[in-house]
Amino acid sequence: MTPPADTTFSVVIVGAGPAGLAAATEAAGHGAKVALVDAGTQPGGQYWRRPNEASSAAGKLDYLHHDLTSYTTLVDKLSEHRKSGAVTYLPQHDAWTVEGTDAGFVVHLVDRSRRPEKRVSVTGRRLVVATGAYDRQIPFPGWDLPGVMTAGGAQALLKGHGVRAGERVLVAGTGPFLLPVAAGLAEAGAHVVGVHEANSPLRWIRHSPAVAKNLGKLGEGVGYARSLARHRVPVRTRSMLVSVEGSGQVESATVARLDGRGTPIPGSSTRVPVDTVAVGWGFTPQLELLVMLGCETDVDIDGSVICTVDGRQETTVPGVFTAGETCGVGGAALSLAEGTIAGIAAAGGAVAASAKVVRQRSKLRSFAAAMHLAHPVPGCWVDMIEDHTVICRCEEVNGAELRAAVDDLGAADARSAKLLVRPGMGWCQGRVCGFATACLTAAWTATPYSPGTTARRPIATPVRLGTFLEPSDVVDAPTTDGAQCDRPTIRARARYDDA
Amino acid sequence: MIDDSSHYFTFDGRRIPFTPGESVGAALTAVGVRAWRRTRVHGRPRGLFCGIGICFDCLIVADDIPNERACLLIAQAGMTVSTQEGTGHDATG
Repeated sequence: MTPPADTTFSVVIVGAGPAGLAAATEAAGHGAKVALVDAGTQPGGQYWRRPNEASSAAGKLDYLHHDLTSYTTLVDKLSEHRKSGAVTYLPQHDAWTVEGTDAGFVVHLVDRSRRPEKRVSVTGRRLVVATGAYDRQIPFPGWDLPGVMTAGGAQALLKGHGVRAGERVLVAGTGPFLLPVAAGLAEAGAHVVGVHEANSPLRWIRHSPAVAKNLGKLGEGVGYARSLARHRVPVRTRSMLVSVEGSGQVESATVARLDGRGTPIPGSSTRVPVDTVAVGWGFTPQLELLVMLGCETDVDIDGSVICTVDGRQETTVPGVFTAGETCGVGGAALSLAEGTIAGIAAAGGAVAASAKVVRQRSKLRSFAAAMHLAHPVPGCWVDMIEDHTVICRCEEVNGAELRAAVDDLGAADARSAKLLVRPGMGWCQGRVCGFATACLTAAWTATPYSPGTTARRPIATPVRLGTFLEPSDVVDAPTTDGAQCDRPTIRARARYDDA
Repeated sequence: MIDDSSHYFTFDGRRIPFTPGESVGAALTAVGVRAWRRTRVHGRPRGLFCGIGICFDCLIVADDIPNERACLLIAQAGMTVSTQEGTGHDATG
């Protein structure tokens, strides 16, 4: 049985960050009836995370943002499209699974704006997945202590709530993202004791053509460097966070200098008293919905599993599009370009008519490739794993247990290790340790790194059993032109539950 | 005019102020609370890690419901939150 065609959206978009917002406004502009689903309380995703409108911090934190003009333009367009009924916006909705049916793609959601939360579903003839990415992590001794946060997490506290993650903060890892995180914390009054970038900036010189085509990006970096200099925050390159110490919470961090091959220089380590460490090693795209639908994936230069797309941002599954970090981590400007193209294509428009955006996309992709080549994760982290170092934070699997799975039980990859000693089996389903486990099993078995299955999860986000067992409602597309309602039309339904 | 004194929730019996729209995790961090869960296996303290709903490290009990993500849960006046022991489903974890 299929739902009546007129209540099906022409395009369902999952994710309202830069890519999803661009796709939604573009698709609506091309006449599509759009549902925009997002986990956040308001549009913007992680990049444009801002305080809740009701918050007293609203508007006071705009100085933390690099490009709010694009945001304001997109959000204004979004509210126009919502008024005309062209876009139905569903914030605080977690998409946990999706299925392809004759009527289109049925996205199953949990509406967290209601307490208790409620199951709903929304159907679109085309689907745009713009689920973004999260900080990539590697394990190190002490990383499970309270006070160690992802760089993105520290940024989210600051941008979303105006709250500093700590008072004495060390920022570490690799990639240009560390700079705005450190600058933001310093501007907000935290004492940032240092930025420890594992790679050398000289690595960028090898890719100068890509940089020359993207001078705006370079200017952005210079701006953050100036802000760090103003707050006397030392930026150390070829410097790596090796451990964090403390009883019950972070008390100090140890950093070491790396030689030209990315190996710690003996005797170069220093212990720094801090209460907080913000760390990030690039990003991991969120591919669950795409993998569930059978979209083909590939491994990017940075080692991330990404979704394969064509020039129209369409995946190998017809009707399923993706834009932003899911098809290669490249930042907000690239996400906007890809989202614009995906929105046009999903609405049935001609991408060729937007030659400027297509050129922009190719320019920004070359910059992203240069960034990945300039900021690899130094391989030495594997040798720093100690027996008691936690690898999987959820299931509390340590280095010795994972090593035993490889040496004694014959685990040859992340998947077999998971089945034997449970790394990746807990609440987060390997989102945090998946990359690390794939690297460690490859290194310890001297086989090539193959992260292939780490994005395969039966559900995209955990759902409470009680919520799962409740009947699901359906979010219908508005049937009359110009229909504006504060809440979208929701009808109770029993279809999936009776089946 | 909102009376600011109404913007409190309790954490393990302690009054925690918050600004409207703030997450429970952000409000706790703002007053220096770093941990509100003890792990199932080794009883290790945990708090915010990813801060964006991915890692499930910041699980907390809110109004008797365990396994709420403190980073996403919006604070409400009068809410009672407490440290989560283990799975949060029984006293022994």
